[in-house]
Amino acid sequence: MVHKRSFGEICFDTFNYIFLGLIAFICLYPMLYVVFGSFSNPNELAQHTGALLWPKGYSLEGYKAVFHNMNIWIGYGNTLFYVIIGTITKMIMTAIGAYVLSRKDFIMRRFITLMIVFTMYFGGGMIPDFLLVKSVGLYDSRFAIIIPTLIATWNLIIMKTAFNRVPESLEESAKLDGANDLTILFKIVFPVTKATFAVIALYYAVGEWNAWFNSMLYLSDRNKWPLQLFLREILIQNTSIGNAVGTMADSQTTATIFLEDVVRYCSICVATLPILCAYPFAQRYFVKGVMMGSIKE
Amino acid sequence: MTETGIQTSGMQTTVINNAASKGGDNRNSFGKRLVKNYKQHRWIYYMALPVIIYYIVFKYLPMAGLVISFENYRPARGLFHSDWVGFKQFIDFFSSPFAWRIIRNTITINLQSLVFGFPAPIILALLLNEIQAQRYKSTLQTLSYLPHFISLVVVCGILRDFSTSTGLFNNMLAFFGVARSNLLDKVNLFQPLYVGSGVWQGIGWGSIIYLATLSGADPNLYEAAVIDGAGRFKQMVHVTFPTLVPIIVIQLIMQIGSLMSIGFEKVFLLYSPLIYEKADIISTYVYRAGIEDTNFSYGSAIGMFNSVVNLMLLVFANWLARKTTDESLW
Repeated sequence: MVHKRSFGEICFDTFNYIFLGLIAFICLYPMLYVVFGSFSNPNELAQHTGALLWPKGYSLEGYKAVFHNMNIWIGYGNTLFYVIIGTITKMIMTAIGAYVLSRKDFIMRRFITLMIVFTMYFGGGMIPDFLLVKSVGLYDSRFAIIIPTLIATWNLIIMKTAFNRVPESLEESAKLDGANDLTILFKIVFPVTKATFAVIALYYAVGEWNAWFNSMLYLSDRNKWPLQLFLREILIQNTSIGNAVGTMADSQTTATIFLEDVVRYCSICVATLPILCAYPFAQRYFVKGVMMGSIKE
Repeated sequence: MTETGIQTSGMQTTVINNAASKGGDNRNSFGKRLVKNYKQHRWIYYMALPVIIYYIVFKYLPMAGLVISFENYRPARGLFHSDWVGFKQFIDFFSSPFAWRIIRNTITINLQSLVFGFPAPIILALLLNEIQAQRYKSTLQTLSYLPHFISLVVVCGILRDFSTSTGLFNNMLAFFGVARSNLLDKVNLFQPLYVGSGVWQGIGWGSIIYLATLSGADPNLYEAAVIDGAGRFKQMVHVTFPTLVPIIVIQLIMQIGSLMSIGFEKVFLLYSPLIYEKADIISTYVYRAGIEDTNFSYGSAIGMFNSVVNLMLLVFANWLARKTTDESLW
């Protein structure tokens, strides 16, 4: 549509371009600030008042401290374990559940669908969940992080919707060849719905990466803690990293206090880097996922 | 199994179906059909089993575990041998000085999040939709999703850092001559900080669904509007916005349905005893009473009250949507 813009429209467009640019900047800036802070010289940063538009001085002291902090690496290892093992098991369970609920010739389908959907709207809550995990003997086990959250019902519903759109003729021919349902799921349905699998796997992986509360609740052994829980110690509870660097906590000089500010920024960067690296590639899938969730049957 | 085998069995099933619908002995025939169905689709049943077990153990057993809300549950005695106290825990809660405070905070915090957080992505989507330069538009979108991908622990860590007396927020406020102080220690600032950061984190991500809906809008409608002499603003009001209404309704139902349950993690990461007055919500109180002080029954009762209110809200929102629009969850 080519048409001459009126004066009002020109004003609106100009304002709109600038305003949205500002919004985008506000979304980006806090992260930029943290990155700048992480490369700054601790003493200069402490004296600085105002917004950061570039690192103040230059120093890698903070990063050195973070890399010497064993907790960060223990956390990284555990988080990787939870993300990889968790995502694989969750995908298998979710796919199986979605497949079963997408079978029109399964007469329990309606009943089980109802039973599963109801759990989206009502549940025991924190205390009964906690007591259950304790009573089935999962407390302080790595599986306490994976098994209680094996299936996210919302993801199961999205997957089931995708499975319903697979042409039946494809499955029929496999059935004639004597394939069982498990084979049909992995040999016929999976290749056709790969995009959905990718999106849901991504959702599970990111959720696992960001999760911390269940670990706090169920894990007393620090060697099993995920990264986010150590981050919480550093960022929220302001646990001194003095011990980790090797200085005694009671000999806190102003220098170490200043350093700790920078260390917090460095910890954020080290912990967020993988997500931000994957972000440009994964972004499309996330948008897809949002769309899948909005399609109603 | 041969092809004919499948076909005949299918026919038999329909025959049985007809018999059942004619008012035969329903229960018996359902049992028969179940066995038949199982024999035909053994693998579906094998696959359903682990899923059903998961839901029963991890979703339905905790629901049954809500029984402890009516007991004085002691782990040593177990679920079945603890003393039954009826509604004592609920009465204790509602007569405690904290009941009103945490219910009030839960409602005000989440209502504010809804009032500010719900329209923001819609407005952003409408404005982004008016940008004609495609590259600029996609850059803006990409940047606006960014906060959504930062983990909550990190977001709250950044927020705490910016709120300290030497942090970014205070640097900006000091520029306008406001005295420096730790913002998260101020009772009246907690809710604005909570809601504001929530909008910041959710606005871009929330706009995706609306933008995607707009990209599927019918161009004929716009052409018709232009022929009717509608300028760009009129098009926005009469064509663009109505396109979004169905999605808006669904989103609104879901948000109202989770009105009482969201926010735990973020409040937990940001609050401190100094600001409980305005920051303590039902779920954080449940955590402190139930997990930290091990009053399992008391915590469970409060949590149950919260879940029931939530469910009622969802049903109500859905009913309202059905009454007023054609959109609803069920």
